[in-house]
Amino acid sequence: MKKAIGNIFVGIMYFILYLPLLIMVFFSFNSGRSTSVFKGFSFKWYAELFTNSSDIGIPVRNTLILATLSAVIATVIGTAAAVYIYYVKNKAWKNTLNTVTNIPMMNPDIVTGVSLMLLFVFVGRLMGALNSLNFFTLLIAHITFNIPYVILNVLPKLNQTDPHLSEAAQDLGSTPTQAFFRVVLPSIMSGVTSGLMMAFTLSLDDFVISYYTTGTDFQTLPLYVFNMVKKPVKPNIYALYSIIFLLVLAVLLFTNISGMKENRKDKK
Amino acid sequence: MKNRSFLQRIIGAPYVLWAAIFIVVPLLIVAYYAFTDPAGAFTLDNIRNLTDYGTIFRESIVYSVVATLIALVLAYPFAYVMSRKREKTQQIMMVLVMLPMWMSLLILTYSWMGILERNGIINSLLAKIGVAPLNLIGTPAAVIFGMVYNYIPYMILPIYSVMSKIDPSVLEAAEDLGSGSASKLYRVILPLSMPGVVSGITMVFVPSVSTFYISQKLGDGKILLVGDVIERQIQAQNNYNAGAALSLVLMVLIVLSLALMKLFAGEGDDNLYV
Amino acid sequence: MKRFASILLAALMAAVPLTASSCGGNTSISSPRASYTKDLAGTTLNVFNWGEYISDGSEGSLNVNKAFEALTGIHVNYNTFDSNESMYAKLSSGAVSYDVVIPSDYMIERMIREDMLQPLDPAKLTNYDLIDDQYKNLFYDPDNTYSVPYNVGLVGLIYNTTMVEGTPDSWSVMWDEKYADNILTIDNPRDAFGIAQFLVGVDVNSTDKADWDKAAEKLKEQNKVLQGRVMDQVFAKMEGGNAAIAPYYAGDFLTMVGNNPDLAFVYPKEGTNIFVDAACVPKNAANYEAAMMYINFLMEPEVALANAEFICYASPNTAVVNNPDYEYYGEEILYPDPANLPPTEYFHDIDPEIRSYYEKLWEGILLAG
Repeated sequence: MKKAIGNIFVGIMYFILYLPLLIMVFFSFNSGRSTSVFKGFSFKWYAELFTNSSDIGIPVRNTLILATLSAVIATVIGTAAAVYIYYVKNKAWKNTLNTVTNIPMMNPDIVTGVSLMLLFVFVGRLMGALNSLNFFTLLIAHITFNIPYVILNVLPKLNQTDPHLSEAAQDLGSTPTQAFFRVVLPSIMSGVTSGLMMAFTLSLDDFVISYYTTGTDFQTLPLYVFNMVKKPVKPNIYALYSIIFLLVLAVLLFTNISGMKENRKDKK
Repeated sequence: MKNRSFLQRIIGAPYVLWAAIFIVVPLLIVAYYAFTDPAGAFTLDNIRNLTDYGTIFRESIVYSVVATLIALVLAYPFAYVMSRKREKTQQIMMVLVMLPMWMSLLILTYSWMGILERNGIINSLLAKIGVAPLNLIGTPAAVIFGMVYNYIPYMILPIYSVMSKIDPSVLEAAEDLGSGSASKLYRVILPLSMPGVVSGITMVFVPSVSTFYISQKLGDGKILLVGDVIERQIQAQNNYNAGAALSLVLMVLIVLSLALMKLFAGEGDDNLYV
Repeated sequence: MKRFASILLAALMAAVPLTASSCGGNTSISSPRASYTKDLAGTTLNVFNWGEYISDGSEGSLNVNKAFEALTGIHVNYNTFDSNESMYAKLSSGAVSYDVVIPSDYMIERMIREDMLQPLDPAKLTNYDLIDDQYKNLFYDPDNTYSVPYNVGLVGLIYNTTMVEGTPDSWSVMWDEKYADNILTIDNPRDAFGIAQFLVGVDVNSTDKADWDKAAEKLKEQNKVLQGRVMDQVFAKMEGGNAAIAPYYAGDFLTMVGNNPDLAFVYPKEGTNIFVDAACVPKNAANYEAAMMYINFLMEPEVALANAEFICYASPNTAVVNNPDYEYYGEEILYPDPANLPPTEYFHDIDPEIRSYYEKLWEGILLAG
């Protein structure tokens, strides 16, 4: 009974989470140009994505490259940082680190974006560059705002682990590095994974910081969409996101079905 | 434990360096702008002018606190149910929580506008069953809803990740000792999941305070939050000085709010961080 | 989890080239008016323009950038901005070097004053004779030294005939309590103030603070009847019949009426704002010669036609306006007869002190409602 209530609740939550996506998929089939008035069913926006010469593929590729790279790098640095912060004994230093970690989250995006831009311009001028901004400044900006989310996901897991575990492993002859990879890392893995997921998500979604830190040759999809403020979003953007959405779902299903088969084999 | 302190230093070095250059230096730039005028001379005017914004600061904090509480109340049972599922199911559920957020805040908000509009999807359905239309878009409730919707994954994941680690035998033991569901939750699960809750609150509250897109779109441009004001100062007026001052004060308010939360959440527990 | 992530990324990356590949679509122009050489082939041209403000090949239109690349071999890096001010923020910081930017009139005036633009080479702009004389020698660039008009627009009043009685002809309908909660306005101070200024009869470029106070008073009165302040949401609001009255750009009305035939449009009698967006070359441009070629290319009859049809705003190009095959040939709303058109005013760059004054007033208006 209780289980049923729980499942119903989770079901309703998922429904609300996915409701705007259903609307998005629906209007991606609009034969009209609007995303609010449905004129008739049509595949034309999909056909267009795959056949015409519009340039939307490039921002999509850029967005994926950026999100993947920045999420992975932020996860490595952030996880290491969380472990470091966890072991810091000096309370004042620990508090400082924690506060500094929160800063990129506390600043409104536009402030983070502009202040990073000013920093990059300053450094660029010192180096005499014509373009102070490029892909790497954008990447640095994304890593910077991703790291806090990784730390905030990993730290609670560390707090949950038994502090003596790693010591015990060392007493049994492991080096600290071995102890970390064999004992500590596995026990915080779920935190690392959710940190990675969040970092990836944030990076996919950002447009304000990206605007101020990207150069002339790297535009991302959210920037492309956001800069259309004077014009309506057309169903072609909906179609594009619908494809991404269905692709992710398909991969999710595929990995789980194939994963289940493997599990069965593993059980011998 | 000399070994560990060596490892410790190595492992922290990249982040400390990164934070110094890309977090602390930009912060100093913000501080510089907050305390200078456009010509670069020192001034306190930017800070003094902020007295006009008292209401906006207060409202922004209230909106975010309400959004954070709602997100917590919804995310907690969600994470609990999730953590009790088979491991494979948990992974699917986790991806499904994040997936909508991969579709871009812009698109999702657009879609919500269509749902919440006066002649939008909800009101059309209500009209079919003969119910008077609701005033949804342009209300504070719509803005708060938008915040909860967009940031709830950042509440669910850390709570889930901590809960999944709670040993089921602990819960069974509590049950065996005759704890009812409510007290089991209160005495056993809640304290153990606290670190995740604190992380979640931080990750929902902090970005909510400084959002501008959600309030502009779902608030019909009538609900002004501090993120909006800063956006307008910098974007429309290229007034970095006023924007920097606002943002500095906002930061202080957030630090205070988080400190307050720390006080309530776990007195003296130095594993909680602000 | 790892499996999922890696397969997912592989799948996404594999899917991208599908959408990025170009087959079909329209990527070349048939008969260029000017001559283009491949002398600069292999170089890069950085272009900075408004979002959704160039024909991009969708729905069978011409892909202007691809066509330029095909003709000259120059690689075009095309980037977009969302407002004159954010474009200015990035350019003035010196963070990036663009070769062609397309700001609006008042911003060009400001950039010329701040010495951010460089003169164009008239010898290279052989298509310039196509530009309508009424868009030459304008206030922001009196000698046409720095800019070539790209697009022209007018602000007007859009209303829903099923919700509004009669045919309004004045901005005052935006204050009418009959339509309380069904009135929208533009969410930026210059446009919102402009409407109030026309209505109370003060100069939109006034340097007298009292004039701005007067308009601000008027705008405060409007708060109680306003449904919202919108930008792109105006499309969904008006198309869906969610609001009765909204000011917006004339060209965009044509898009809206296509989705909701109940909509109508009027240029209010008190007067309205006209704007020109024009192509310029910033001081720190790295590829000046390519920029000249590109600006000349934008004036090509075929290119200008594609852009005019894609953007839906009025074209300053006579080859477009006089082309009977042009989708909006003789369209009264885009090209109103000057005899029927109320007075039009350009927004000029405003003294920084006045600017921060009206921004402050604007904030007060937002806060009051």
